[in-house]
Amino acid sequence: MKSDLLTRRVAAATPVRPVPARRRRATTRRRRGLASKVALYGLLLVLSVPFLYPTIWMVFAAFKPVDEIFATPPRLLPTEWTLHGVERIFTVTPFAQQYVNSLYLATVIAIGSIVVGALGGYAFARIRFPGAGKVFLVLMTGMMIPGEVTIIPIFRWVAQLGLMDSHVPLIVVPIFGPGCIVSVFIFRQFFLSLPDELEEAGRLDGLGRFGLFTRIAFPLSGPAVAAVAIMKFLYAFNMYFEPLVFLRSPELFPVGLGLTQYQDNYGEPLYNTQIGATALTVIPVLIVFLFAQRQFVEGLTRSGLKG
Amino acid sequence: MATATTPSPAAGRTSRRGRPGGSRPARIDAAFGMVFAAPAVLGVTAFGLIPFGYVIWYSLHDWNPLIGQFHWVGAANFQRLVTDPVVWGSLWTTLLFAGLLMVLNVTLALALAVLLDQRLAGTGAFRAVFFSPVVVSTVAWVLIWNYLVASNGGINGALAAIGIDGPNWLRDPAWALVTVVVIQVFKSVGMNMVLFLAALQTVPGELKEAARLDGARPGRVFRSITLPIITPTILLVVMITTIGAMDVFVPIQILTEGGPGRSTTVISYLLYRTAFEQQDFGYASAIGVLMFLVLFALAALQWGTRKKWVHDEV
Repeated sequence: MKSDLLTRRVAAATPVRPVPARRRRATTRRRRGLASKVALYGLLLVLSVPFLYPTIWMVFAAFKPVDEIFATPPRLLPTEWTLHGVERIFTVTPFAQQYVNSLYLATVIAIGSIVVGALGGYAFARIRFPGAGKVFLVLMTGMMIPGEVTIIPIFRWVAQLGLMDSHVPLIVVPIFGPGCIVSVFIFRQFFLSLPDELEEAGRLDGLGRFGLFTRIAFPLSGPAVAAVAIMKFLYAFNMYFEPLVFLRSPELFPVGLGLTQYQDNYGEPLYNTQIGATALTVIPVLIVFLFAQRQFVEGLTRSGLKG
Repeated sequence: MATATTPSPAAGRTSRRGRPGGSRPARIDAAFGMVFAAPAVLGVTAFGLIPFGYVIWYSLHDWNPLIGQFHWVGAANFQRLVTDPVVWGSLWTTLLFAGLLMVLNVTLALALAVLLDQRLAGTGAFRAVFFSPVVVSTVAWVLIWNYLVASNGGINGALAAIGIDGPNWLRDPAWALVTVVVIQVFKSVGMNMVLFLAALQTVPGELKEAARLDGARPGRVFRSITLPIITPTILLVVMITTIGAMDVFVPIQILTEGGPGRSTTVISYLLYRTAFEQQDFGYASAIGVLMFLVLFALAALQWGTRKKWVHDEV
């Protein structure tokens, strides 16, 4: 089928897809000795410890009594399993509300970034308009400005507009601010790889520019949408600095900021409760990652490559 | 891959069918282009470029919002800046932090990529393991490590088991910075590893085979064939990592709050404290300008010296 062929060509033109190691090395015929194999696996296992152990430790530590968390010698498994920490997760701080806040912020920011990124990326990739090249360069320099610096004037405006302690700056700034440049790059890169014939065909069918974008280009941009969605979702779930500056009420916090607030009435930290809450924010993301590894790796590396 | 990172706006133009310029449809099309690009362009202007202009303006003022003070002081903030040992110390800490992080991160990433590039069953699972902290939120990652590196935490417990008396990692001025760097490296090395892995897989097998037939040992093949071919990726990774290291905030805030003493007060953290804790926004703006200049200088330095060490750079 013709459309199949086109999609495949599009897929082939998509940049940076790591080739699985198995398919390569046709020329290497050397067989690895058993000893070197064992050594390699051993090395990889040892190297895995700092990447894996914190997560495993966290899951078990959530069920430990507080005094066991710092027991010497340290143990991975609790000697005495308890729900004492876990059951306070939702009562000490508005954790459920904060979780909902994060999901809501992440969804809105991801959708907004996809719209802004797709429109901008399409314009710079496929439409000829005066000043496009210069504007693109200006966008690139905008990316160099760190958010910690620009937050000072933005803080002032937010205060003047009476938007402190609201989600508005946390949504508007990431969607439209310099953070959108990466999304624009990812979409631009993708739309550059679309074959011209597709749009020619659409034009013959009487589609205008808007139709070409909404009916032909955007529906094909699945990989770019996935990349931006994953990147922005994780960004929003990660948000800490901006909420710290703009928010005061714990009910408005995203989970990340909320995690640092686990204390009892006397200001003593609630270790196992904090660890349990942390596990509840980490585990779902890791599960999704396990099932959509390729999309995560590709999406995030593209954001690292800035498109 | 390096070409993908230097976006040339002209490429977009040449790849499209040219239309006779100036005609009505072309003008309508151009209008669409501007409208489509508007949200991003206006947004970056409003929340990036204009605020940066304001930061420069603020840096010439003494501004304390608590007492409603905002008046022109000229270059006074910058005079204070160049003689402020706190700022210089924090600049040094930042460079140390970024340098250490970059070296450790790039070395470990390359080592992991080389290990995973071997023909070995199960490398996919290890790749997932090494990458997984990248998707975990920084706050969560740092909070958990905070427990593990505590003076009576898991790491020192394990060290005690083999007879080593571990330091109080985050409270010992000699160790705090290194500890934060290492935690941050484990968090983010997976990303660079994947970039290196993709680059390693572009190295032609025939080339390595030929060198091997000429009697080159594996180390020599790596140094003389693989490494030169992947230098563009190394440059890219070094740049991303250094720039990323400059705006580290969460690990510092959660793990050390800049201490002990000022041993982990990097410049972005100093800026945050000066502005939002000491309410000295004018001075904080001057620090912001300095931070931007340092960042810009680092990027320019790496970009400017690329010809010396990047293979095939045109």
